[in-house]
Amino acid sequence: MEHTPFSRRIFLQQGVTLASLTSTLPWFIQQSAMAMLSPDPRLSSRPGEPEDRILVVVQLSGGNDGLNTVVPYGSDAYHRARPSLAIGTPTTKDGALQLDDKQGIGLHPRLEGFRDLLDSGCLAVVQGVGYPNPNRSHFASMDIWHTGKPGGRDHGWIGRYIDCSCSGSPAADAEVAIGRSAPLAMMGAKANPVSFENARLYQWSGKELPGGLTASYDAANRAGALDGIDPGSQAAFLMRTALDAQLSSDRVRAAIAKSPLVNYPGTKLAGQMQSIGAMIRDGMKTRVYYASINGFDTHGGQAGTHGNLMREVGEAMRAFQNDMKAQGNQDRVMTMVFSEFGRRVAQNASGGTDHGTAAPMFLIGTQVQAGVHGTHPSLTNLDDGDLRFTTDFRSVYATLMDRWLSAPGKGCAAKVLGGRYDTLKILRT
Amino acid sequence: MTDFSLEPIRTSDWNAAAARHLLRRAGFGGPPEQVQALAAMKPASAVELLLDYERTPTVEIPDSTFDKDIRRPPTAEEREVSQRARRMKDEALQQQLQQMRNERDREDREQLREIQQWWLQRMIETGRPMQERMTLFWHGHFATGYRGVENSYHMFLQNQMLRQHATGNFADLVMRILRDPAMLKYLDNDESRKGRPNENLARELMELFVLGEGNGYTEDDIKEGARALTGYTFDDDTFAFETNRHDDGPKTIFGSTGNWNGDDFARIILSRKEPSLYICAKLYRTLVNDAPGMPGRNEMRVVDALAKKMREGQYDLKPVLRTLLLSRHFYDPANRASMIKSPVQLVVGATRELGVPVRNMSTVNAATDLMGQSLFMPPSVKGWDGGQLWINTSTLFVRQNLLVYLITGAGPEGGADLGSWDPAPIRAALDSATAGDASRDADALLDLVLACDATPERRKQFRSAMEALGGPLEGRRLVRALCLVTALPEYQLC
Repeated sequence: MEHTPFSRRIFLQQGVTLASLTSTLPWFIQQSAMAMLSPDPRLSSRPGEPEDRILVVVQLSGGNDGLNTVVPYGSDAYHRARPSLAIGTPTTKDGALQLDDKQGIGLHPRLEGFRDLLDSGCLAVVQGVGYPNPNRSHFASMDIWHTGKPGGRDHGWIGRYIDCSCSGSPAADAEVAIGRSAPLAMMGAKANPVSFENARLYQWSGKELPGGLTASYDAANRAGALDGIDPGSQAAFLMRTALDAQLSSDRVRAAIAKSPLVNYPGTKLAGQMQSIGAMIRDGMKTRVYYASINGFDTHGGQAGTHGNLMREVGEAMRAFQNDMKAQGNQDRVMTMVFSEFGRRVAQNASGGTDHGTAAPMFLIGTQVQAGVHGTHPSLTNLDDGDLRFTTDFRSVYATLMDRWLSAPGKGCAAKVLGGRYDTLKILRT
Repeated sequence: MTDFSLEPIRTSDWNAAAARHLLRRAGFGGPPEQVQALAAMKPASAVELLLDYERTPTVEIPDSTFDKDIRRPPTAEEREVSQRARRMKDEALQQQLQQMRNERDREDREQLREIQQWWLQRMIETGRPMQERMTLFWHGHFATGYRGVENSYHMFLQNQMLRQHATGNFADLVMRILRDPAMLKYLDNDESRKGRPNENLARELMELFVLGEGNGYTEDDIKEGARALTGYTFDDDTFAFETNRHDDGPKTIFGSTGNWNGDDFARIILSRKEPSLYICAKLYRTLVNDAPGMPGRNEMRVVDALAKKMREGQYDLKPVLRTLLLSRHFYDPANRASMIKSPVQLVVGATRELGVPVRNMSTVNAATDLMGQSLFMPPSVKGWDGGQLWINTSTLFVRQNLLVYLITGAGPEGGADLGSWDPAPIRAALDSATAGDASRDADALLDLVLACDATPERRKQFRSAMEALGGPLEGRRLVRALCLVTALPEYQLC
């Protein structure tokens, strides 16, 4: 066991009293206690200090149509390739929302949420993000994005970052994912996310059985490592994790039960963002949160579906940013929005688009360099009908690791990504 | 003091607890009457019953169990239609062909789910638990993931191959995996050719399948091994050696030079000492103890002895497994309840041991995914790390809640029915353990269900929990008691 429990003596010396400080103390409480005692001022918990910063990842699953998200309305080739799907100039009815009139680039008309974020200096658009030898399989490309590795076969990039930046075992709630299963991106060699689709299910379901089993369950699962159990044994590990689980469940459910400071829309994604906002407000030590929304695989009848998705994403992100501001947490939270690939330049015969390559990413928060970054991929110099990427997604990851989540994991990006990627000038910090 | 001896367990130490330990490790556990039957035998006969499973009748699995044609290569006629569509720029036809391809993708993923459920069901029902247990071990060892293969039938064929040779010969398994279409696809060897060798399979053969990371090979050995493997590919469902893709020039692997092919490459690395040590250490973590750092320095003496046996038997697995499963070391208290159940062991074990209904296989299969072990979808070519890495706060709740589902039928949307099955066999086992003394029921239930000996504190807690149920442990009260005992942290031990 490399994990040495803190002795009572150290706590008393430091003047910290924790009544529950026994061998049954769960790991992540020990972790917070360690941070509290650390003589290293860089590990303090003052807002604005890097270890206090939070990353929220939002995944658009299915392959978001980048060209109808950040719209090159000024390009003839765009209109030629998409006779019925192209979005018009900002002056036309249902035209794009203006982003950059020199380049002739706008936002999807239903992305009013993003336009408002841009107006308040909180939206950065990174154009043409992708990777070499693009894979057009949903699974394979998603794995590449999640691992940050060309073959897509490794632990996840966030999980490896947490592994790299934490000395010893990562805190049990360092990563929280909302969804049916934990995303590969968050699986490290040691790091493992707390994940739940619905906080109600993040507890023992036997409590709902008739006959009142809760008290007996709690007695067994909140006891921690029992007397007579070797602290280094598998049994002790399980007993401590069981206690961790109860405390984490209490905390998450209590946080999420509170009503938010701002109104969120009633959509699924907004619900996830509301839960994340609640956990941040509650002061959880989580560094990275994960949310996702499905439905971007628009092979047919794309226009209506995609418009609804754009509205859902824009409104959810705007509400979340308002929430952060109302909480006073706006300067320590950054959101990254990505999809596994964009779609082909030309529309297909079913009024939809097929799997493509490069697409824009979005960063949201007060600490972004607001505006449009990078180069929009050419619509005439194509690779077999697909866009050629202009920014490698691993540069965005590297920027977020080394310049946003930085301090404790300084220099982790190169290790996590297996090589150096240029950081981008997309942040104000 | 831990007993590190590989001498057979003494008959006087052989009892129901030892038999249960064997049944859980070499299989997935079984109902009380199976434990009693094993306990009544001599230890060697009990091991024989599990290990020499060829004598146990089994349900044959015809190749027609699943549709082998979902991913069959296109016929000449189909190729021509699709070429014509491209040539004529016939968008409507191209669109139609694309839709057909999408439909086949969907069907294939659906079939993969069916194969996952079929295997879980087979593990639950089999009369040869050790064969399935070892098939699962090899699946994690020669880890191949559907996402990199995208051919459910090839995954099934690989599974059949591993099952057929589960306790056969390791060198033979290596030769077969080099001819396995799913593996050749997963590690890109189908794209490896003379002049442009793909190193993936050669690297993993050294690092993960045979030698172990850093065990004496160099990057040059990998490069030369990759050249030897060029031309190893497949045609539809069978291995193909394409001589025109094979690099037949001289290669030097571990200092020996020749016009090696893939089989020669495998033979060269198998002729070394490291593979037996590497595989025996892995078997140790799979069957004996998976605590962090295991096998440690002392346990390596046991591994060394097993590896020697493996070399003497030219990689035959049975002599090694027989020695281990019969050994005093295997039954030593230090190695009881020293492993954490994998998600599959948890699901299959609970069903076999408690006799709960199987419920909905699709729900159970989805739960294995949530617990981190989706069959045919290992997280990487390294397989599942296992041990303590199975457990975190989220997976622990899923494990406990899955047991509530199996025992009561209660899912996320409710649906609990405490009377949905009759726990009479469990009641009967309690009666035989307590000789009818109801005051000993709580302790007997702990002893029956847990792999570890519960501590006095836990026993006291559990006795009051049982008293709180308000009456004799039978029927619905016993069902509720099972929900509690399987929610104990120690229930995750095996």
